Amino acid sequence: MKFKSVFDVIGPVMVGPSSSHTAGAVKIGRAALDLFGKPVETVQFHLYGSFAKTYKGHGTDLALLAGVLGYAPDDDRIKSAFNHAKNKGISFSFVEENTAIDHPNTVRIVLNDNQSEMEVVGVSVGGGKIEIQELNGFQLNLSGNHPAILIMHNDRFGAIASVTEILAKHEINIGRMEVNRKDVGEEALMTIEVDQTIEEHVEQELRSAKHILRLAKVMD
Amino acid sequence: MFRTVKELIEITEKEEISISEVMIRQEMDVYELDRQSVMDRMDQHLKVMEDAVEEGLNGVKSHSGLTGGDAVLLQNYMRTQTPLSGNVLLDAVSKAVATNEVNAAMGVVCATPTAGSAGCVPGALFAVKEQLNPTREEMLRFLFTAGAFGFVVSNNAFVSGAAGGCQAEVGSAAAMASAAVVEMAKGTPEQSAHAFSITLKNMLGLVCDPVAGLVEVPCVKRNAAGASNAIVSADMALSGIKSKIPTDEVIGAMYRIGKQMPSAHKETAEGGLAQTPTGRRIERELFNQN
Repeated sequence: MKFKSVFDVIGPVMVGPSSSHTAGAVKIGRAALDLFGKPVETVQFHLYGSFAKTYKGHGTDLALLAGVLGYAPDDDRIKSAFNHAKNKGISFSFVEENTAIDHPNTVRIVLNDNQSEMEVVGVSVGGGKIEIQELNGFQLNLSGNHPAILIMHNDRFGAIASVTEILAKHEINIGRMEVNRKDVGEEALMTIEVDQTIEEHVEQELRSAKHILRLAKVMD
Repeated sequence: MFRTVKELIEITEKEEISISEVMIRQEMDVYELDRQSVMDRMDQHLKVMEDAVEEGLNGVKSHSGLTGGDAVLLQNYMRTQTPLSGNVLLDAVSKAVATNEVNAAMGVVCATPTAGSAGCVPGALFAVKEQLNPTREEMLRFLFTAGAFGFVVSNNAFVSGAAGGCQAEVGSAAAMASAAVVEMAKGTPEQSAHAFSITLKNMLGLVCDPVAGLVEVPCVKRNAAGASNAIVSADMALSGIKSKIPTDEVIGAMYRIGKQMPSAHKETAEGGLAQTPTGRRIERELFNQN
């Protein structure tokens, strides 16, 4: 059975008007911020397909920016996200792209601060559910059928074990896992697909595990 | 877990409990929660619905300017004149409209079962509340009963316009509301199922054809139709009228119709009202397209 909880039906609580074009967009922006792991100074959103055509009407622009500000999909500050970003000194822009793309609700987000730049490609797949498909040009190859998390960590022994131990303790089964690194001893990336939803308290525990730098839910 | 409405009704008869009680106990079992935390969470969702209606009745306007302000017109009309369709029905309509106007204006809503159909359940609830004077717990039970039926539809068919047309979205929301009205009015679980069937049958085939792809025209008014349909069907079921086609078969029919529906009528804005001369003009003006 796809749905197990009454709150899948009477819920979620969210800012309207559309679960895919608004709630999903907030989650993509939020995942990008979590992966960047520090305050953003400049952000550029490249919109594709239906996102490019209808983003103004659905408030997709406000929603994406709200996510990058760290808001949740039910935050009533979403509709004034432009002002909040300006007050924080964040400069932002939206680019409508004409390139054909696999999924109509796709956005490429480029985040910057003084020191570094990061590029994330996210898709809002419907019903408020999202997928992060690319990180800095690197394909994440997620199946799309299970919840997934991305964990940036220091390339040290024990880093992977500290994550798998926490997941095992909470009886969360790993369906697929991939580890990549730029070079020996540098920053590395774990892509993990799990069978169960990762709850807030498990997420917090993972964030504070040994050698873990940043974490983002890229599908839920 | 119950998979069908038939199973749901059987549980109520075997255990001698209400539909809402079956849903509450299942939520407690599946997530290993105590009763209080399940009720508290639903109470938070009920508060969101109350706030959205209040905001909408004060008057809102969407970003596109296509919707907003109709809930206020309805309330003014009710104050100054005697509505032909009666106060309860028109109150439900105005509160459903209020909720969806808030949704269109990027306010906070509780999806029931989706954001685009969020008006039907609270519209019906807050209107019958004026006549039945339920306790807070009975109001929460209304939402669990609506949720129990929505749970069956979600798992056996679909509830989004993109997947099955408006019949799946507002049709399901209205039918869920109808079943819940019956329980609040002290009808039997079987009568709730009949009310659900009657409502959904009367919305079968409804297409999802939003102008410019926005959740505004005709979505706001479709929620008004859904909320009033819910209350009328609940009255029919309470009078003893039965649906000849069993509830699970009605849901099956809705599913097959949704599958057979062309994609032009499933939220793509490629058919129906979206492709009328005025619908196309509105889209051009909003998005500066040719």
